[in-house]
Amino acid sequence: MTPLRLPAVPTLSEADSKALLASHGLPIAAEKVVDSVDDAVAAAGELGHPVVVKLGGDSIAHKTERGLVRLGLADDAAVRTAATDLLAAATPADGAVHLLVAPMIKGNREFIAGLHRDPQFGMTVMLGVGGILAEAVADVTFRLVPIDAVDAADMIDDLDTQRLLGEFRGEAAVDREQLAAVLLALSGAATDDPRIVSADCNPLIVTADGAPVAVDALVELGAH
Amino acid sequence: MPTTEQFTALFEPRGVIIAGASTHPGKFGFVTLHNLLAGGYPGKIFATNLEGTDVLGVPTVPSVADLPAGEADLIFLCTPAKANPQILRDAASIGVRAAFITSAGYGEAGEAGQKAQDELVALADELGLLVAGPNGQGVVSSPARLCAQIVAPIPPAGRIGVASQSGNFVSSFENYAVQTGVGLSRGISAGNAVCVGISDYLDYYADDPATAVGLAYVEGVQDGRAFAEAMRSVAERKPVVVVKGGATAGGQKAAASHTGSLASDDRVFDGMARQAGITRTPTVEEAFEAAATFATQPLPKGNKVVVLTTVGGWGVAAADAIAGTDLELAELPADLYDSIDSLLPPRWSRNNPIDLAGGETRDTIPEIISLVTAHPEVDAVLYLGIGIQSNQAALLRTGGFYPDHGIERMAGFHERQDARYAEAACDASDTYGKPVLIATELAVTHPDNPGPRTVRERGRLAYASANRAVTALDHLWRYRRWRDARGLG
Repeated sequence: MTPLRLPAVPTLSEADSKALLASHGLPIAAEKVVDSVDDAVAAAGELGHPVVVKLGGDSIAHKTERGLVRLGLADDAAVRTAATDLLAAATPADGAVHLLVAPMIKGNREFIAGLHRDPQFGMTVMLGVGGILAEAVADVTFRLVPIDAVDAADMIDDLDTQRLLGEFRGEAAVDREQLAAVLLALSGAATDDPRIVSADCNPLIVTADGAPVAVDALVELGAH
Repeated sequence: MPTTEQFTALFEPRGVIIAGASTHPGKFGFVTLHNLLAGGYPGKIFATNLEGTDVLGVPTVPSVADLPAGEADLIFLCTPAKANPQILRDAASIGVRAAFITSAGYGEAGEAGQKAQDELVALADELGLLVAGPNGQGVVSSPARLCAQIVAPIPPAGRIGVASQSGNFVSSFENYAVQTGVGLSRGISAGNAVCVGISDYLDYYADDPATAVGLAYVEGVQDGRAFAEAMRSVAERKPVVVVKGGATAGGQKAAASHTGSLASDDRVFDGMARQAGITRTPTVEEAFEAAATFATQPLPKGNKVVVLTTVGGWGVAAADAIAGTDLELAELPADLYDSIDSLLPPRWSRNNPIDLAGGETRDTIPEIISLVTAHPEVDAVLYLGIGIQSNQAALLRTGGFYPDHGIERMAGFHERQDARYAEAACDASDTYGKPVLIATELAVTHPDNPGPRTVRERGRLAYASANRAVTALDHLWRYRRWRDARGLG
């Protein structure tokens, strides 16, 4: 049983988290935030199927654990059903909620990137191999914020699982410059916005053409 | 941070005062004076002792205030903590600029100790004194022939500058220096490091002409940011090797983010080290060997290594070790291949590792070492197999038939050859400005073997195995790459 979280450290919604990080250069997929089932269906039509629909809100931090993410919705009917179910799943504790509609990003490789404020060294930026085994594998590397382009390239070189960065299962090699841009965007966000306590871009999916895309993000803010 | 003048008083004092000199050979006040004398310190030596009795032939006075002014730059305190403030005031009044405090009873000793420590910091500021320690084991400085420490040994002179949060690791590094012959320039046990921290000493070493590389043992860091920035500034000037104690301390227990749950003290420290250009090693002996390599070999310009071996298996093991690093086995360039081929019978390996396969004659090894090291497509050379002939010579000398049957002549030949090989490798490194590392287990199993002994006499490290040489060389290459990527040349 997870203990109740006190609202001492506010988290931004996924949409706001992405918007904040995207403003510093984080590559994210086009997505739409809507309030109703009909608007969700329309948004999916504009983005093109298949889509993913998630329930969002400032108080909703762990969507996957609560089943608030619906993947691979292939047509209007599927979007309608998912959107209806998700809105019904909201609880009073969630406060204001919305639906986040985004194209379904596919790729065999997942990374994780983020920010963490270390008690001794202050704000750090991280890159790691992602996926469900991320914490068990723990192929991660940290640097102190701010980083420069050389540091970002070094971080990518630091990962033990270098084979994931080359051509992989018919997918192009990871675009290292774009992956470095993710890290530089995180570092820039932390430098410019001292309210940021932590950030996760998890997963950061590498598409078939090698481009990393943050399909989920979570930013925690605190007093500074 | 202390001034250069204060550091000079600590590491190059014109005279030294031992406060609290004792006639009891078990006391710090005796041992320090003993070690200072044993090390042949050429400056003036003064000592205080409440009874005023001579210690080891050195006359003493009851108080520092009784000593002449302007004769000593450094005072070494082996006195109870409560006596120290007055001693420091007296010392400052006669021109002393640096103090090393061995006394315990400060920050490590509860609330009262913490208060004494805070007062010590304020007093050091007031008096303009560099205060090293307290609760430290001492300071050594080879250019000054200064060995003011409460532990052994006296290290050979060299170019490694040691700073340690644990006094015993200064001694450990000194022991490795004695064993390998690769010596120290300076060494300091930082103790509680209340006025002068590890990064302050390393910063001094970075501009110290006697020091080629910093070597530090670090446990805790007070201000991580300041430490990282100081270390980066050091690394921009000189290589610095750090071994971090307490590296396995737990991660962030209550992290709300995935990033936080993946963060740990060790991973963050490691990232900081890489960013700052610090050579971090997992073990104390690897730290010493990395530092000894920085101190005695040029940095490689690239990562292409040639392994030259007369011992096939060691060549294979070296290739395996290289595969696990950022180094690469060089593809043998055609012209180099042809040159080697002309010197050897057909059975040589014909690739890298270059296995001479017993095809060498009297001059082959020195010639090939020189050829390989000179080649522009080779960045570093690892030479394996030295000492085998001398090892047999040793058995010939002791096996019961010496000196008859031609044994005397043969044993001498073997021993001269191994010495020549070592000379050739060191000469090639000096001539072409490239690292040439020599590895053999004989360096530790039979250190008097003329092969490793000659390496030692040339001031270089004879590595105990190919893999340890590869690990050390990889550290040099990583540092080189760090510099290159940042335009530091």
